[in-house]
Amino acid sequence: MTLLRESALVMGKDLRIELRSRVALQQILPFGGVVLVLFAFALDPDRGLLSRVAPGLFWAAVLLAALLAVTRSFAVEDANRARDGLRLSGIDPGAVFLGKAAAIAVELLVLEAALGAGVVVLYDVEPRGVLLLACAALAATAGLAATGTVYGVLSSGLRARDTLVPLLVLPAVTPVMLGATRAFEAALDGVPGDGWPWVQLLVVFSALAVAAGVAVFGPLLEES
Amino acid sequence: MRVVHLRSAVCLLGRFPALAGADLDVFAGEVVLVTGANGAGKTTLLRVCAGLAPLRSGTAEVLGHDLRADRRAVRRAVAFVGHETFCYDDLTVAENLRFAALAAGRPASAAGDALERVGLGRLAAVAHGRLSQGQRRRLSLAVALARDARLLLLDEPHAGLDDAGRRVVDGVLAGAPAEGRTVLVASHEAELVRRYATREVQVTGGRVVERPRAAAGVEVAR
Amino acid sequence: MTGKLLGVASGVSLAVLAVLALVVVPPDAVQGDAQRLMYVHVPTAWLAYLAFFVTAVASVLWLWPRTRAPHWDLLAGSSAEVGVVFTGLTLALGSLWGRPIWGTWWEWDARLTTTLVLFFLYVGYLALRRTGATADERGKRCAIAALIAFADVPVVHFSVTWWETLHQDATVFNPDLDVRMEGFWMPFTLVFSVLAFTLLYATLVRTRLRLAELDEGREERELQRAIEERRRAEVVPA
Repeated sequence: MTLLRESALVMGKDLRIELRSRVALQQILPFGGVVLVLFAFALDPDRGLLSRVAPGLFWAAVLLAALLAVTRSFAVEDANRARDGLRLSGIDPGAVFLGKAAAIAVELLVLEAALGAGVVVLYDVEPRGVLLLACAALAATAGLAATGTVYGVLSSGLRARDTLVPLLVLPAVTPVMLGATRAFEAALDGVPGDGWPWVQLLVVFSALAVAAGVAVFGPLLEES
Repeated sequence: MRVVHLRSAVCLLGRFPALAGADLDVFAGEVVLVTGANGAGKTTLLRVCAGLAPLRSGTAEVLGHDLRADRRAVRRAVAFVGHETFCYDDLTVAENLRFAALAAGRPASAAGDALERVGLGRLAAVAHGRLSQGQRRRLSLAVALARDARLLLLDEPHAGLDDAGRRVVDGVLAGAPAEGRTVLVASHEAELVRRYATREVQVTGGRVVERPRAAAGVEVAR
Repeated sequence: MTGKLLGVASGVSLAVLAVLALVVVPPDAVQGDAQRLMYVHVPTAWLAYLAFFVTAVASVLWLWPRTRAPHWDLLAGSSAEVGVVFTGLTLALGSLWGRPIWGTWWEWDARLTTTLVLFFLYVGYLALRRTGATADERGKRCAIAALIAFADVPVVHFSVTWWETLHQDATVFNPDLDVRMEGFWMPFTLVFSVLAFTLLYATLVRTRLRLAELDEGREERELQRAIEERRRAEVVPA
């Protein structure tokens, strides 16, 4: 029970900081939008290619924006040595992990909603299979946030941290990128039956990532 | 009861041995003044006692917990006031304090009490990023008080404070024994702390040297 | 002494392997001479996985309090370095082999894709190893990162295999590079190649580990000197 209470405390703190500073809203979200526009330049919109590969482009944009969200989440703890305060606070490191990951997940879900609308408008995609889309997005987001948070604390306090996080996170979340893209494709193609197994894969990945995070966050927070 | 027990403690900052074999014993209820030149290792000594800096070698026990085995248990029971506030720039003074109090398992009311005690009540709704240096100092003290720690580690608590602020620090130092807190104070302004100190040690070259009480006593009398 | 013996043994066995693979074994009935690449491709791939397995085991031994010792961390790093080199070689050799047989340098086949992701996972691990200032700071992060990477590999493999089976119709070739083993010399040379390369691996890791230990020893001596200097630096006033 304490774990949940403390997680909520940390999540509330991180979300409140984002609400106040607007970095997620004014920098990360527009960044995701720019990436969507860039893809349109790279793949000629007239040949119908964009709408066919929209799921992959959408998740690539989310992945890139997620890296920024992770970096931001740990930059907040660097100012005024707030990380030391967090370590001194006595909060269970597992709760710090769950709280920070949950805050990143909430930010990503908002981002996905906005980018999703952007994909519908810009890439000429008709949303179908909303239930599958939502479930896949939820499971994928949990996996992304958990993995990102683990690697965020793993590289916090190191020099070259900002360049290290993308290198560590991107290969590790290959299954998320694959699973979420296939599930979205299945939903948009109107064959949701093909998509649900991928959602299961995403759920398994996320569960593993969350469990790993709770287990290793203590020793890592100690170290940083 | 022994609150701090360090033997041959070596602590590295990167590759630099900030502590090079420090021995220190502090007993419950003491207020120990730590003096020493810049770079002597005062801050690192306090950070080791807080469980924030790891030991490379040697042994350390704080509040009965072995620092090498269980730094977390130590961290819960200490409060550290340093050069940085450990607060978030985008949150208000009240929000920062509330978070610190709740995180330490204290009621939210502890935050309000601490705020009044350091005289920051009227700034409760101001964002931390907008505070002056002196106000940040007071907020650090409030965070420490809200935690109700048994060991108080103060790193240059008087620095950057006006007279009113210094009186707040003095109040904390004077009240510590009655409140059951043990205090380690590192300070360049030794004469400000000596009045309250029960003992004085000097940090030199990463080691701790006891200063005879008589010397401190003479200066108090002066 | 053991080191020299290992070095000589791996050198000799690699030379024997060269003769076996290039001269003794007859060319493959279907693939011709290109198939001879198998005698380096298969052992390098085996070594890549062996190396990362050793890294994972060494990391566990470092994390386990009872077996914690600095050299496990060094072994994990040394083995990962060798592993990354061999993973890169596997990918390059596989690509060279695929070109004449499949007619393409790269195919998004499950095994290839997993190996490529594996390569990047451990490049990241090596980058992480180079950032910490001291061994103490580095050890725990790196051990945990190695275990996460190792645990991630099966999940990656599972998802790409699944992905590949779904677009099977798009594949233009038989994704199995399975060669029919014929006669005595083909299987013998393959087994021998794996043994020879394993010896090479042992030699390389041993040498790298020794280098890392010397490096650690030097750092330790420098640290002791720095501590002595610091203790002397200022004279304590009476």
